Amino acid sequence: MAKKEYAFYPGCSSQLKASAANYLVSVNSMCKTLDVKLTPIPDWNCCSASIGYAGGSELARHVMNARNFALAETHLPGQDIVATCAACWLNARESKEKLDGSAALLADTNEALKEAGLAYKGDAPVRHMVEVLIEDFGYDELAKPVVKPLEGVKFAGYVGCQTNRPFGIAGESFENPKYLDKLVETVGGEAASEYEQKVTCCGGALAFSEPEKSQKQIRDIVEAAYDHGADMIVTPCPLCQANVEVYQSEINRRQGTNLAMPVTYYSQLMTVAYGGTAKEAGLDGHLIAPVKLQAIADGKGK
Amino acid sequence: MNDLSKQAVARYQNDFLREVEHEVDEGEWVKMCMQCGVCAGSCPFGPHWEHSPQKIFMMIRAGKREEVLASDSMWMCTSCYNCVVRCPRKLPITQIMHGLATYAHKLGLAPKMQPTRDFSLQFWDNCTKTGRVNELKLTLGVYFRDGLAAGVRKGWQMRNVALGLLKAGRLNPFELFGGHRCRDRKGIAAMLRKAREIEARKERKAG
Repeated sequence: MAKKEYAFYPGCSSQLKASAANYLVSVNSMCKTLDVKLTPIPDWNCCSASIGYAGGSELARHVMNARNFALAETHLPGQDIVATCAACWLNARESKEKLDGSAALLADTNEALKEAGLAYKGDAPVRHMVEVLIEDFGYDELAKPVVKPLEGVKFAGYVGCQTNRPFGIAGESFENPKYLDKLVETVGGEAASEYEQKVTCCGGALAFSEPEKSQKQIRDIVEAAYDHGADMIVTPCPLCQANVEVYQSEINRRQGTNLAMPVTYYSQLMTVAYGGTAKEAGLDGHLIAPVKLQAIADGKGK
Repeated sequence: MNDLSKQAVARYQNDFLREVEHEVDEGEWVKMCMQCGVCAGSCPFGPHWEHSPQKIFMMIRAGKREEVLASDSMWMCTSCYNCVVRCPRKLPITQIMHGLATYAHKLGLAPKMQPTRDFSLQFWDNCTKTGRVNELKLTLGVYFRDGLAAGVRKGWQMRNVALGLLKAGRLNPFELFGGHRCRDRKGIAAMLRKAREIEARKERKAG
């Protein structure tokens, strides 16, 4: 019996060979060390992300999210739903709050869900993995399995938008959330605590549709990390990770810059600090190699 | 302007604020705006909005139907929610902007070549087809939206990124032939069909 069990909602990007495959690998490794059992919600579907609004109506989007809740309640009763993707978490939580707050919306949603043989009862809370780590474990508990403290590495904790706004993590400030910095310090790293771009939007989905506008944001995010002497950026959002990492070469090409800042996930830091191999931490899944992290993973522990 | 738009014009008789209140997601909040401007100042893509969120709210109240719905302003919203958490009246601005954009699209008034609108529509079609996003098909759909030549050029420009993602195990070329999918695709299609029915039912009642 695992210490803690959760109904896992990975989201479309955290699948095998998808854009956040390395996030999934590192989350699984991290949870193994923490004795957390993550059971993916059987046949979970897309939340429709932040960008699916023009094609999907309000009700349709709620129905998509409610299907996941109904599946979790049916197959994994009593377990909290935990999402690792920021947008999935935001959408799911927003849908849940609307459904729990409106009998009319709930009735309409269940009328639609019936066509898929499902019904939403409203039992399971929806949480982000970072919330689970901070609230169910706490920083002290998370420090215990550390065998390779990430000494000598400075991280710019890029929180981004959607784990921070509008719901916030563990009651932290919207303007200066410290949880990533605290996680970095928990695993022995140094946090760039004055990193002023920590909640700047990377452009999100508009990195695809408005590349130049988004790349201006990304350039600011990366350059600020350099300014603060960071060795790499750490982030909790799969879209932020992809955007801030993969477009650096585009920005270099178009604007003549020389950006090469690795962008990693908190779960990768934790996996390495807990003694995981580079492969277990998904460090082989990067365009800009997180060299300092790889060195620690490959080296001996304490 | 399509039939839906003509019906709306007839129903609301130039009272654009009332139209927005009834037809747009969270539209009833528009009257709460106190024109402080913090949303406009907090928006990461702020300079790119033809009319800032603050101005859009005032334009709605001033009955500027055509100018608002035909604008590409709302499509600049990246869903960062910075405006929402800073608004002194707690307006759900992100949702209102997406709602306005969606409404403009529904009425056939949104700017035709708006890239984010195109991406939004493609995303929905893509994720509802099998219940999960097919990232490769989505990307190719975005690249090739302006035609074959443009798509090839864009793909060529991004070839190093694509290669990098391939080597990193984060891009699957075989997704072209079908990627991750839900098992109960029939159930998903049926439930979404029913959702559309329910909404149409409500529209008929209101009209």
